[in-house]
Amino acid sequence: MTALAAPAAVRAAPRPGGGGGIRGANLTWMALPALALFLLFAIIPLVGVLALSFTSWDGIGVIRPAGLASWRTVLSDPGLPHALWVTFEVMALSWVVQTPMSILLGTFLAGPQRYRAVLSVIYFVPLLLSSAAIAITFKALVDPNFGLGAGLHISVLTQDWLGRPGLAMGVLIFVVSWQFIPFHSLLYQGGVRQIPVTLYEAALIDGAGRVKQFFNITLPQLKYTIVTSSTLMVVGSLTFFDLIFVLTAGGPGDATRVLAVDMYSTGFQAGLMGPASAIAVILVLVGLALALLLRRLGGNGTDSQLEGA
Amino acid sequence: MDPRTTRRGFLGLSLSAAALGTLAACGGGQAPTQTGAGGSSASAPAGGGAAGAATYWFLSGQPGQGIREDSVKRFNAANGGNAITPTEFQNDAYKTKVKAAIGAGQAPTVIWGWGGGGLREYVQNDQVEDLTDWFGQNAPVKNRLFASSFGAATVDGKIYAMPAETVQPIVLFYNKTLFDKVGAQPPQTWTDVMNLVDTFNKNGIAPFSLGGQSRWTNMMWLEFLLDRIAGPSVFQNAFEGKTDAWSDPAVTDMLTKVQDLVKANGFVKGFSSITADSNADLALLYTGRAAMMLHGSWTYGTMKSSGGSFVSGGHLGYMNFPPVEGGKGDPSNTVGNPGQYYAISSKATPEAKETAKKFFSTTVLDDAEVSGWVKNGGVPIVQGADAKFGTGGDADFLKFIYDVSNNAKTFAQSWDQALPASASETLLDNIAKLFQLSVTPDQWIDNMNKVTNK
Repeated sequence: MTALAAPAAVRAAPRPGGGGGIRGANLTWMALPALALFLLFAIIPLVGVLALSFTSWDGIGVIRPAGLASWRTVLSDPGLPHALWVTFEVMALSWVVQTPMSILLGTFLAGPQRYRAVLSVIYFVPLLLSSAAIAITFKALVDPNFGLGAGLHISVLTQDWLGRPGLAMGVLIFVVSWQFIPFHSLLYQGGVRQIPVTLYEAALIDGAGRVKQFFNITLPQLKYTIVTSSTLMVVGSLTFFDLIFVLTAGGPGDATRVLAVDMYSTGFQAGLMGPASAIAVILVLVGLALALLLRRLGGNGTDSQLEGA
Repeated sequence: MDPRTTRRGFLGLSLSAAALGTLAACGGGQAPTQTGAGGSSASAPAGGGAAGAATYWFLSGQPGQGIREDSVKRFNAANGGNAITPTEFQNDAYKTKVKAAIGAGQAPTVIWGWGGGGLREYVQNDQVEDLTDWFGQNAPVKNRLFASSFGAATVDGKIYAMPAETVQPIVLFYNKTLFDKVGAQPPQTWTDVMNLVDTFNKNGIAPFSLGGQSRWTNMMWLEFLLDRIAGPSVFQNAFEGKTDAWSDPAVTDMLTKVQDLVKANGFVKGFSSITADSNADLALLYTGRAAMMLHGSWTYGTMKSSGGSFVSGGHLGYMNFPPVEGGKGDPSNTVGNPGQYYAISSKATPEAKETAKKFFSTTVLDDAEVSGWVKNGGVPIVQGADAKFGTGGDADFLKFIYDVSNNAKTFAQSWDQALPASASETLLDNIAKLFQLSVTPDQWIDNMNKVTNK
């Protein structure tokens, strides 16, 4: 969720506002409300979590300094590399599934045809639902005893969907994609609509077909949209909690126990706030590192997009 | 109920609880100043009557929800309208929610709970009122309750919660119709259990229903098996923090038996994604998809209300967990909840505390509430409650629960409620993996030794 909030804060700064003739330097105050909120709800809790990670606290009693004990506990726990790996798996798989589908859907929806506008409204629906509601619905649908497969007597659908590690991961990725592809399609739809028509006209004259146009014009032109969408996807997948917690609770066993779920159960179920805070700090660091990496991969944004097109 | 028989099991638990309490008290010397300050600032008399308003958080889910609501309503009607404000929570969510609220100083006046390890944590942090003196002054309130129910309410020799509601042993439920259909008899031994698994699987019926995602549901199997194999001493050792308490051949045997049962498809397909809160595990039993279910006696009420004619038509069978051949445990032993526990937050205003105490002495387990529990197949922890069993159609079941609780040589508290939260979470986590066959018995023992070794 923090990932989604960031662009809004950036956008707030350069907004022209009411002062037409005032220079940019004088407009920095306009960032203050966003900055204050960011400080209050992101930076201060972050510092608090960092401090808590050097303490021992059961959530009820007195907070006692404990030095590096929590960190030692967390870093020596075989659950951490496992949770990191599962988190990475969820991130990679959901990116691999979502990106191509979002690009194709977005390109399709960018067309001017009326039926596509209608479809894009329908596609948008999953985004309006809360993650918990989606998780409860899918949990009921894939239930091997009372779900869709059992109800319709379709044996292929009557799998132990959430009871086997591989299948549970598959269902999870499917549900995540079902929920977020609409959002990313929307990004790509906007991206495709901004590509100058002249490029396609020129390509048509050069004799390029639809497929060639897509790979040689649409995809390269979408470079920054892909970076934006991927950043949101990757960093967003670090914060998946509600969906996983309701759908599988990290199970079966610990097959879908991502860092966020691990953090929750360590902190609120086991009552070990120190180690849970350490996991939270690791989560933040991983998120920051990934966001930075993706920015690097996307270039610095100064080179022209139309060059060589 | 005869207090002597079940008290024995608790004596050990409360003694070790006392030992733990003392240890923690040594480490937490600075704590009282903070809580003391909070308490005194809140205790300034507010003057108005509104300050007496108490809050009360408890579990949703029928039939308990309705009975708890009715008790609050009766109390409020007799005490000027809204003396107690109730809030309801779902089981699994409640456990974390109430803990967070207590930690944040936002605890309800009356804290509903399971006693044992959870209550001990509150006590160690001075979050709940010591009710020993109050019970001393109100002997009739204390004496009418089962003496055995006070074990899990007692920390360090002092009573910190009012035992309430019903005694809930875990029992083996079965679907009589399905047993007739395949021509089988309820299991008398563990070998019978494994044979029944084959019989039912051959007939396309799941042998056991299980809400495995909730994890404590799986734990009931371990509790019974370990007790039947070795008696209560093995878990007692772990509870007391003895070194490598789990490295007992009986534990390996128990874990191996559980995994054998899983491997033999003893549990319904998809059990690891079924939550107990959804009651889907009960539905599997009463819709005839699963033949047996090991579950708490509290599920009887839900099966009766949701199962159509399943309970009223006499299709529900029930029995104590069968013995294991060659096992040392007494077959009369049982595990479960010896009661539910109402504690009073030490941070509440004196007026709210008085309201809560009045609620305890006048309304909790009054005649109307006792009738409510009995009507829904619960055995209230009130002396002579069995006199009321004759009135409903559930007399047989009530008598059975009363006898199981009464005749148990040891009535052990659920492991996850007895252990402190951090150990309990590791336990549940490893139990889930055990049922998933993703840890071996040896790894399980290593993981558990790490958290219970002192």
